[in-house]
Amino acid sequence: MPAIPSHVPEPSRTDPALIRNFCIIAHIDHGKSTLADRMLQLTGVVEQRQMRAQYLDRMDIERERGITIKSQAVRLPWAPTHDKGNTHILNMIDTPGHVDFTYEVSRSLAACEGTILLVDAAQGIEAQTLANLYLAMENDLTIIPVLNKIDLPAAQPEKFAEELANLVGCDPDDVLKVSAKTGMGVEALLDRVVAEVPAPVGVKDAPARAMIFDSVYDSYRGVVTYVRVIDGQLNKRERIRMMSTGATHELLEIGTNSPEMLSADGLGVGEVGYLITGVKDVRQSKVGDTVTSQHKGAEEALGGYKDPKPMVFSGLYPLDGSDYPELREALDKLQLNDAALVYEPETSAALGFGFRVGFLGLLHLDVIRERLEREFGLDLIATAPNVVYRVLMEDGTEHTVTNPSEFPEGKISEVYEPVVRATILAPSEFIGSIMELCQTRRGVLLGMDYLSEDRVEIRYTLPLAEIVFDFFDQLKSKTRGYASLDYEPTGEQTSSLVKVDILLHGDKVDAFSAITHKDAAYAYGVRLVAKLRELIPRQAFEVPIQAAIGSRVIARETIRAIRKDVLAKCYGGDISRKRKLLEKQKEGKKRMKMVGSVEVPQEAFIAVLSSDESAGSGKAKK
Amino acid sequence: MEHMPSALPDGEPVPADGALPASALAGATDRPLGFYLHVPYCATRCGYCDFNTYTATELRGSGGVLASRDNYAGTLVDEVRLARKVLGDDPREVRTVFVGGGTPTLLAADDLVRMLGAVREEFGLAADAEVTTEANPESVDPAYLAALRAGGFNRISFGMQSARQHVLRVLDRTHTPGRPERCVAEARAAGFEHVNLDLIYGTPGESDDDWRASLDAAIGAGPDHVSAYALIVEEGTQLARRIRRGEVPMTDDDVHADRYLIAEEMLSAAGFDWYEVSNWATSEAGRCLHNELYWRGADWWGAGPGAHSHVGGVRWWNVKHPGAYAAALAEGRSPGAGRELLSEEDRRVERILLELRLSEGVPLSLLRAEGLAAAGRALADGLLAEGPYDEGRAALTLRGRLLADAVVRDLVD
Repeated sequence: MPAIPSHVPEPSRTDPALIRNFCIIAHIDHGKSTLADRMLQLTGVVEQRQMRAQYLDRMDIERERGITIKSQAVRLPWAPTHDKGNTHILNMIDTPGHVDFTYEVSRSLAACEGTILLVDAAQGIEAQTLANLYLAMENDLTIIPVLNKIDLPAAQPEKFAEELANLVGCDPDDVLKVSAKTGMGVEALLDRVVAEVPAPVGVKDAPARAMIFDSVYDSYRGVVTYVRVIDGQLNKRERIRMMSTGATHELLEIGTNSPEMLSADGLGVGEVGYLITGVKDVRQSKVGDTVTSQHKGAEEALGGYKDPKPMVFSGLYPLDGSDYPELREALDKLQLNDAALVYEPETSAALGFGFRVGFLGLLHLDVIRERLEREFGLDLIATAPNVVYRVLMEDGTEHTVTNPSEFPEGKISEVYEPVVRATILAPSEFIGSIMELCQTRRGVLLGMDYLSEDRVEIRYTLPLAEIVFDFFDQLKSKTRGYASLDYEPTGEQTSSLVKVDILLHGDKVDAFSAITHKDAAYAYGVRLVAKLRELIPRQAFEVPIQAAIGSRVIARETIRAIRKDVLAKCYGGDISRKRKLLEKQKEGKKRMKMVGSVEVPQEAFIAVLSSDESAGSGKAKK
Repeated sequence: MEHMPSALPDGEPVPADGALPASALAGATDRPLGFYLHVPYCATRCGYCDFNTYTATELRGSGGVLASRDNYAGTLVDEVRLARKVLGDDPREVRTVFVGGGTPTLLAADDLVRMLGAVREEFGLAADAEVTTEANPESVDPAYLAALRAGGFNRISFGMQSARQHVLRVLDRTHTPGRPERCVAEARAAGFEHVNLDLIYGTPGESDDDWRASLDAAIGAGPDHVSAYALIVEEGTQLARRIRRGEVPMTDDDVHADRYLIAEEMLSAAGFDWYEVSNWATSEAGRCLHNELYWRGADWWGAGPGAHSHVGGVRWWNVKHPGAYAAALAEGRSPGAGRELLSEEDRRVERILLELRLSEGVPLSLLRAEGLAAAGRALADGLLAEGPYDEGRAALTLRGRLLADAVVRDLVD
């Protein structure tokens, strides 16, 4: 039974000493959403009968994939078990669970004083969780280590408590053991949050400063901005100012979530809640930005704001060219809710009109593509993902290349590519195959540590281009699914990179151009050319398929001219059948894309570009 | 080889009395009229065959109507009489009759003669009518041939397929090599003016030399017409299953192309000219006029189970099963299973599709702007011949014949 506390402090009139702001760091599937569900029930903010699984995850895709993309904050009243008269306010700030959203995670963490480190007692910590734990430690957050799913038969609480204790620097006995599913240990956990997470500290009388940690587009209310007040107070109906842009807005509504939106008079020091200003686009209300009052506002913004920077690019083209306007409209809509999504129109000789779209990372790309296909009913061809290259020419000019087909010709002096620091956690028996994989992807070993007797953390510097394609799939298959991966951008390096072009009957096919390391170019060319020979039907004339670096051909295959395309058999008087066969063939012809004079089936583009076939970003398959 | 495939198209229902819309008979006197008579029986089913044919001698239809080989001719005559009713006062005499199968010669010669007699009785035969039957080399002898000739048949088509035993075996053909060639002589002796040999190339296991030997044997037998068809492996046939199981190899399209070129070379050297993609004749008179009706969009009535008909832009087809067919006629209903009324555009497309297969080709005036542009490209690519083109016709070159379907796809645009 939920214990409904009495004398719950109201927003804008809550003593910061009673506030605890915390988040939950957990890997996908380790039970964060289930734990959040239990907390909602125990604190009585959601009644039993309204409860549904993963209450806070709003998008279907999130619920289906069991991941949280956009975070939220919920105000939970909690009277500690040994201090029933003293109701505290717990603000649970949900964090995105994926590496692509590290920046958003860091802002969510900056809104908290403490975090629950939630780890599956049957699986141990995963690389992304570890990365987020390190982020939390850098933010000086109080860490409460918790093992979940201890009711599972496969749970190894002792082993993993040891692992967590080593990472956090506590005693294994301090690791809480809960079952979010049954609710066991969750009350004790809430008590621990009150006892251990520090109360927020801010200057009550200073000009208001609140940090945006999330910004969500709602089709009814416009943009809903989630903030944590650091100093001062924000009040309803006042005008506010976004400090990065200087734009001012009227505060139409201010309030907290419990978990539905509940308007309030204002938000004071240490409080967490939402703002509605009527803006229609999340880019006007950016994560990390500081909100202040228009009158007597703060002079100095809070630190840590960054513009989201796309790391991975892919060309998105409608399978049916006439869907182009729908694709534009769909991207416009998604952008309302996704400040990190950038795109611009692009024309491909092979694929027609489409967009070059920038993403934070691979999951971001996957999620956007899936939403475009599912929510907007679009059939898309996505070109192989690529990274951003910086190309310095001998004449001193510089080019930024987001599309391989735009790689400059002429005398190139240096090519820079982005690199990441990758952290891989895996059982130690896989060290050999992981290192082998990283070596073939031009990785440089940074170091290796044992987390426990049989689990190891391996760190590599890797070119981002080497992991944007199928690295994770390869890693999973080489480690029977046990390895986890995290990476963060660490800058750029010069590399011997070349552009490999594919020519069909002498015409360059822009969609198939790729930038690869020069040592991998030959293998890439040979593989792609062979694959295209299989996929492109014979034409009325002989079609050479070539892979070339500049004007130097590195691989070649030939599609022989078709010599027979006639039904020599007589179908008697059944002319209807012959005509219908012709109609069917005409339909088939319509599904072909003309590349110069060559008819290429769309299936060929999809097969070559699809991510389960390693065709892009130049890796040599061994 | 005058066979119909076993799968029927989709279409609208045929009225119970088989009546045609008035439009179908408009201007009919300008078009020749032919009759196709189908015999849906075979002694054995060949492994490559997907035609509408049955090996049982007796098949039972609904209402207990018995369709047997013995009473089949009578049933077919019923349909010829129905045709007379449906065509009403259409004054045309019949220009061609073609009896195909199945294996028509599994029936007694008298049966075939009786079926032809019904056409003559109901419609009248033109003085120069072409009257053909298909024949199995093993099921005819001089007496049988004489009976057909006496009954009014003047053209005969033998299913030779190949001169090689191992090729015939893959095709499940039971005749012995040499027999079809002797049939030609017997038919000539019986007084047949026109004799055709059907050949099949590209059978799994057939070599170029096997094919040359077959052509040599066929030419040597002295027919005035040769049909050469590529073996198409149809889904659902025994041969398709054997190929899928890897028991026999699939023939490559390039091999088909090579064999076709060999056929063209040897037949033209022997005095045969092609007049349709798969058909060669020694003279204008040797052409199969009935076959040309199909390619020229003329009218013909197809009688028999699964047979297809065309009259003035209406195409229809009969129920497939001999039992169901016999039952419909016994009840005085049309055996038509479905039909389609062709639109102007359908007819335009069909004319291009069909007439392009003929040596005369198709008038360029039938093409729209895009089709004309495509024709220009096909001419430049050497797929269409220059002489006819200058005279306003799209006619295929030798290379164009091998790529005819691709040319058609562009020309209909």
